[in-house]
Amino acid sequence: MHVSQERYADALVLTPVGRIDNSTTDGLRSDLGIHVATCLKGSDRLILDFSKVDYISSVGLRVLMLAAKKVREQEGVIVVAALQPVVREIFEISRFNLVFQCFGTVREALGKVSAAALAAYDSAPT
Amino acid sequence: MALWVTFWGTRGSIPVSLDCASVRDKLASAIVSASGKGLDTQEKARAWVDTELDFAVSHTFGGNSACVQLDAGENEYVLCDLGSGVRAFGNHVFGRDGPSKKNTFHVFQSHVHWDHIMGFPFFGPAYVSGNKIRIYGCHTNIEEALRRQQAPPSFPVPFESLSASIEFVTLQPGRSYDIAGWSVTARLQNHSGDSYGYRFVRDGRIVVYSTDSEHRLDIPDEVEGAAAFFADADLVIFDAMYSLAEAVSVKEDWGHSSNVVAVELCQLANAKHLVLFHHEPANNDERIAQIWRETLRYEEISRTGQPLRVSAAYDGMEIEL
Repeated sequence: MHVSQERYADALVLTPVGRIDNSTTDGLRSDLGIHVATCLKGSDRLILDFSKVDYISSVGLRVLMLAAKKVREQEGVIVVAALQPVVREIFEISRFNLVFQCFGTVREALGKVSAAALAAYDSAPT
Repeated sequence: MALWVTFWGTRGSIPVSLDCASVRDKLASAIVSASGKGLDTQEKARAWVDTELDFAVSHTFGGNSACVQLDAGENEYVLCDLGSGVRAFGNHVFGRDGPSKKNTFHVFQSHVHWDHIMGFPFFGPAYVSGNKIRIYGCHTNIEEALRRQQAPPSFPVPFESLSASIEFVTLQPGRSYDIAGWSVTARLQNHSGDSYGYRFVRDGRIVVYSTDSEHRLDIPDEVEGAAAFFADADLVIFDAMYSLAEAVSVKEDWGHSSNVVAVELCQLANAKHLVLFHHEPANNDERIAQIWRETLRYEEISRTGQPLRVSAAYDGMEIEL
């Protein structure tokens, strides 16, 4: 699983691509783990951009839960953005919409977690 | 030969019943839905209730704890677990056979947590001399658990006073046994104090009873083992007590699974029909119906092969295999 990253001031946008299931979860776990470990109080906020994910299985969701727990313990911030309709349904069915704050777009998420990050996003060349 | 599975108790943890407010809400919903339908006779009203009204309004999923019957039309009865639903089953037997007919009952215990044994002191046939009750399980403390719940000061009738002949048979997991016409294999499951699932095979048809089990799909050996146990089942009765989010967070290690894991595991095992079972006692009928609809949708989303039929168990449900 490929997870690209983009920094906007004090926020890091992580964008996994493709289908998150048993065969791809290891990649997500290792990529996410690196950033989760440093997601502390007052440090980088993490935005999981799901705009390029078309399916996530229970194993993938479990990885997200572990990340959310760890970040919560560390008093960091992790949110989800840009869920595709089917993945949004999976979040609702599994009740993961109650675990993560979910935003319609990455911009909306950045605006919620950091004014500096939103300003950096808006001024970035498109 | 027709094989039937009847659900006498489907609730998890503790029996529940409809309360006044729920009945009132159901009536109000039904009256509003019936408006303008011209239901001016009992027959019309019943037909409309049966065909048009949402199940969660017209019925209830019920509140008895686990008890499921496998019926191959034989004289001897086969059950899974002795939750409070076994009381209704016992009454059914008396109604069908009369109080004097001597019967044999084969009971497979998933484990001995209270909700799975609490019906036995109220199981009428246990009080009838000449009846035979054989209780099978992989735990060695089933007899102790059943005796203890009837010991003073918990219950007025001690176990020793039961007139039926009661025998306990310890099974080994992974070994196949021929019992009452079924080939039965038990499998160890992840639950506090251990639980065991049962795979029943008869005339080429397969029923898997897997309740009180926390299935971990992130552990490859567990996935492989469970998928092999569920393989090609015609019916999988599955503990779907929690949402996935609960099962992997606040209720992790509580020993139960979710509807999402149920679907994924059944799809992996090429099972044909999933029955959501061991309903959370905090969930009302509307909530269970919602979970059922969501499970249907998740099955569509995650499907890679043949469609998996999905049902939500209710007390009194009968399924023909």
